[in-house]
Amino acid sequence: MSVLEKINTDFATLFREGYSQLEQGCGAVMNGCRKEAFEKFVQLGGIPQKQEDYLYTDLLPVFNKDYRVVLKYIPQEVDMNETFRCAVTDLVTTPVLTVNGWWFDGNMVSEIPEEVVICSMREACIKYPDLLYKHYNRYAPAARKDGLVALNTAFAQDGIFVYVPDEVVLERPVQVINLLRANADLMGFQRNLVVVGKNARATVLVCDHTLSDHHFLMNNTTEVSLAQGAYLDYYQVQNQHLGASQVNSLFVSQQRKAVFDGNMVTLYGGLIRNNMYVALHEEGGECNLYGMYILDKNQVVDNFSYIDHIAPHCVSHEHFKGVMDDHSLANFSGYIRVRPDAQKTEAYQANNNLLLSEQARVNSKPQLMIDADDVKCSHGASVGQMDEEAMFYLRSRGIGPEEARMMLMFGFAHDIIRHVRLEPLRRKIDDLIDKRLRGELSKCYHCMMQCKKQE
Amino acid sequence: MTMLKIKNLHASVEGKEILKGVNLEINPGEVHAIMGPNGAGKSTLSSVLTGRERFEVTAGEIEFNGKNLLELPAEDRAREGIFMSFQYPVEIPGVSTVNFLKTAVNEIRKYHGLPSYPAADFLKMIREKMDLVGIDNKLLNRSLNEGFSGGEKKKNEIFQMAVLEPRLAILDETDSGLDIDALRIVANGVNKLKKPENSTIVITHYQRLLDYIVPDVVHVLYDGRIVKTAGKELVGELEAKGYDWIKEEVAECK
Repeated sequence: MSVLEKINTDFATLFREGYSQLEQGCGAVMNGCRKEAFEKFVQLGGIPQKQEDYLYTDLLPVFNKDYRVVLKYIPQEVDMNETFRCAVTDLVTTPVLTVNGWWFDGNMVSEIPEEVVICSMREACIKYPDLLYKHYNRYAPAARKDGLVALNTAFAQDGIFVYVPDEVVLERPVQVINLLRANADLMGFQRNLVVVGKNARATVLVCDHTLSDHHFLMNNTTEVSLAQGAYLDYYQVQNQHLGASQVNSLFVSQQRKAVFDGNMVTLYGGLIRNNMYVALHEEGGECNLYGMYILDKNQVVDNFSYIDHIAPHCVSHEHFKGVMDDHSLANFSGYIRVRPDAQKTEAYQANNNLLLSEQARVNSKPQLMIDADDVKCSHGASVGQMDEEAMFYLRSRGIGPEEARMMLMFGFAHDIIRHVRLEPLRRKIDDLIDKRLRGELSKCYHCMMQCKKQE
Repeated sequence: MTMLKIKNLHASVEGKEILKGVNLEINPGEVHAIMGPNGAGKSTLSSVLTGRERFEVTAGEIEFNGKNLLELPAEDRAREGIFMSFQYPVEIPGVSTVNFLKTAVNEIRKYHGLPSYPAADFLKMIREKMDLVGIDNKLLNRSLNEGFSGGEKKKNEIFQMAVLEPRLAILDETDSGLDIDALRIVANGVNKLKKPENSTIVITHYQRLLDYIVPDVVHVLYDGRIVKTAGKELVGELEAKGYDWIKEEVAECK
């Protein structure tokens, strides 16, 4: 039996034997999708191996470990004050924690508008079945060829649910802090759902952190529904240790004039695969997707995006930049689809990469499928090294070569980070990037555990 | 002490010899103009002085305030007090002008064993220099040279000069691409910064800038050598007769 067959068989066994546990404590909505999802996983060949969208990513080494999978909720102790503070100076947020993909039952959500809901997915299944039926797993099927997304739907039991009703503005950002902590290698599945009503506004900030030394493999899916005129400002900062791998799929569905601003900042971690699917269903929708990744050692980061211009008069901007050192590998694949009726589409995409070593590699693949004829679309990719002219200019002012390199790399990253609207968050991310580029430990200094594992 | 002593300088780029034995001495407080036709080696000279690695010095010496300049890397030459105003200043997106200046100032101070410039006073000092040179406040937080017009970039070079207070300023074709008003502002800035302890080399193709930055000594660089040195009256002669006359003189001497 090949490695792939063994892994797929193990998943089948796990699904079969764990099925009743999966259903327990989970609402009918989520349970109703499991069997079909697992069948799809099997149909697609299980873990993607040598499939087009995963061509340069070898998932098998990461999946081929003895992970424990926890199929029921285990109460956790997290000392919110002492153990961990992922605070952003000058930014007041509503923090909500998850531990290994499960809503932390010590979460205390207070001071939010009465009608706004922030709770666990399990609770949402019971308390808000209408909303769940309307939105759950309606957007994830956009990933028609990705078995990993189907796998999440089959195994997901908990996560974060955020609901902002029509006309409500949720001023304070919701800060989702995903913690990973275990006594053995652990695999988990987190499922989130964010529903923003008509003309409603919200900001969600997601940080991923590891608190213990083991290998982790998280397969997470987040679905976002933006009703007419809705606005979501979404940030994700990935900063886990090198033994923590993550498949992170985000599905955004936008109605008329809805706006989605997304920022993905990948600082540290094992193998990271970000899938971002955006569907612009109605006119006037706008999507701005910005990403920054900084890699060294043997890190692998994949950013895969699929922006579907279904309706006319929508605008999308996509810009991902990366800095790669040592033997790291980055993959960027940006698929833009413009459907036949999507006239007056504006879609811009760019991917720029800075290679600092001879062994660092990047694969950049733009894909544009344009079926309308009155559109403005562009794409561009670059792979380069340090700009020698800029280096000399800085040195000619007395700045040493090491510091000059730092300034240029920081400047390169800043092109993306300047899109962060929350100023305190921008300062914090700037600071994290600065530390990351200098090879300092990438950690929130409040963390007890160093988020960097020596492999 | 002589500030700059260049003796028999030969330099090549990509195997081709451009400077063929340049001799030049500059004392503190002096303004030297280096003029010459295109291809004479003017920009090669400034590149070699600032330490651009593409250029290879094949013979000769350069002494700067008693130190062997050729042994120092580019950043140390700057720290020793050499500043060049570039002909085509590079744009560096993402690096703000103020952060860039703060880093430069502090690296130079560190080199001289001084503590960092007190943070609170830094911005004040910068603003004073901006007023001195006539620069808009707005550019401080913008990325270095990004989106600047040619004139704005040149003014920014002079502003940096005001902040870094070099001993030897090399103005490399500073007047290229400038209209008369921008030229006046740039020249004004340079003149205000003149002190008895510092010196300036003005490299230019045309005489226009020299109406405003009046030189003490004028050299003509032709075919890799300084072929004529005189006072400022030479500028008027070149304006009237062009460079052909120099070329003929040199040919006759051979």
